[in-house]
Amino acid sequence: MEPILQVKDLTHTYGAGTPFQRSAVEHMSFDVNEGEFLGIIGHTGSGKSTLIQHLNGLLQPTAGEILLRGKNIWAEPKKIREVRFKVGLVFQYPEYQLFEETVYKDIAFGPANQGKTGDELDHAVREAAKLVGIRDDQLEKSPFELSGGQKRRVALAGVLAMEPEVLVLDEPTAGLDPAGRENLMANIRDYHRNKGKTIILVSHSMDEIARNVDRILVLKNAHVLMQGTPAEVFARGEELLSAGLDVPQITRIAMELKRRGVDIDPAVYTVEALERQLLALRKGGAGC
Amino acid sequence: MLKDITLGQYFPGNSIAHKLDPRTKILLVTLYIIALFSAKGWMGYAVMAVTLAACVKVSHVGLRALVRGLKPLVFIIAFTGILNMFFTPDTHYLWEWGILRVSVKGIENALFMVIRIMLLVMGTFLMTYTTSPIRLTDGLESLLNPLKKIHVPVHELAMMMAIALRFIPTLIEETDKIMSAQKARGADFDSGNIFQKAKALVPILVPLFISAFRRADELATAMECRCYHGGEGRTKLHVLKYQRRDYVALTGGTVILALVVVLRRLGT
Repeated sequence: MEPILQVKDLTHTYGAGTPFQRSAVEHMSFDVNEGEFLGIIGHTGSGKSTLIQHLNGLLQPTAGEILLRGKNIWAEPKKIREVRFKVGLVFQYPEYQLFEETVYKDIAFGPANQGKTGDELDHAVREAAKLVGIRDDQLEKSPFELSGGQKRRVALAGVLAMEPEVLVLDEPTAGLDPAGRENLMANIRDYHRNKGKTIILVSHSMDEIARNVDRILVLKNAHVLMQGTPAEVFARGEELLSAGLDVPQITRIAMELKRRGVDIDPAVYTVEALERQLLALRKGGAGC
Repeated sequence: MLKDITLGQYFPGNSIAHKLDPRTKILLVTLYIIALFSAKGWMGYAVMAVTLAACVKVSHVGLRALVRGLKPLVFIIAFTGILNMFFTPDTHYLWEWGILRVSVKGIENALFMVIRIMLLVMGTFLMTYTTSPIRLTDGLESLLNPLKKIHVPVHELAMMMAIALRFIPTLIEETDKIMSAQKARGADFDSGNIFQKAKALVPILVPLFISAFRRADELATAMECRCYHGGEGRTKLHVLKYQRRDYVALTGGTVILALVVVLRRLGT
């Protein structure tokens, strides 16, 4: 099957021709498959934010192209808004973009721009609110009365209401407390499971990525360092660490055990998987 | 787009012009402006142009950056030039058409006006290009200090100016971010008539104001936490002190002003 999004040899240079010239993205190429949950990880300054702003046409590539269902998104620059409805982008700290008088109106901003009206609009707003766990009585409140976590849900709903085919989330859980994080990620996982839509999750946290995604893209210094399933990527744990990146806590424990001579595969990233391996070792008679 | 605003932006450097005391530079610019408006005739302007050229040379700023600063003012400069060229009264005209009359004096006036504005703008920009906003406000505060005697809130004014300058880039960045976020939700800022365009700004302005108030609040708290209570008894990390180069520069500035005034007397 054809990938839903293809990034081909993408390069983006800021401030070309000035002394401040700097490439934030250099020759990046990768595919995003229909319905997959892709995680993007990298340091601050690795080009994550620049990259994702290309996916919905907020930034125009200096070189290279982005294909959405096989079609270059910049083929018709006038229709770039269509691309933004299909690739929904939720920025970091999205609660700072709320502006309407009521939660309902704010969620309706995107779909109304799409041209939805009447029942169709109402349905889109209520459906999106339900997906992120906003209650009906909260819809008529001012978004500024809500708590930080709830504001973020409203902002997320504002993008979900456009019913995008690809959802791009930039650090959706940044600044939330642990319970809020898990709650929001559970909403996102449910959305992925029930709607079968493609999701791209950008995160700092290896643990968050490891627990949720099907495939990982690791960025470093404006380049793609590696890509593959979590097991494939974490099997190269040493490489990740030497690149200054993190590995999930469980992987770190497994790597340390391996270093101390325990015979296990260090490419585990869940408590359950590590537990299974250790139990298998005990049955085998060897081990600690 | 918004990031391209460079009007009067500071270019870090290590030249003599950068090292001069900000008070010296403010005084020099004042002398320069007085001289510029006293200048008369080709000789006077030539002196001013050479002065500016010398200052540009020692500042390492580069003429191109200065000329770029003129860009937003092209319209005003052209307007002034044209106005002077066609509407200067004289006894003898080279060309007449209705109320439009061109005389030798008019052309001369127009040229002088254009040169004067350009020199004025470039001279003041040279100061902001070589002085960081913080040093500039420090200098201004110190120069205005005597006004405290008549209860002018000099310190408060300087602090307000410093904070305002400090937040310009932050707010520009914030505006950029909010615009991107709303564009991602299909906001359209470019099409439609003027009312639609004005309405399209609401999704930017509301979040921008809210975040500006939030930042102001945070800053006030942070300042109070560090026991800020106005200028009373407050000392400075970098105490301004005139050096030998400042006296040399000020003497030079005075000499040039005197020269221009003398030329004006001799010229007419």
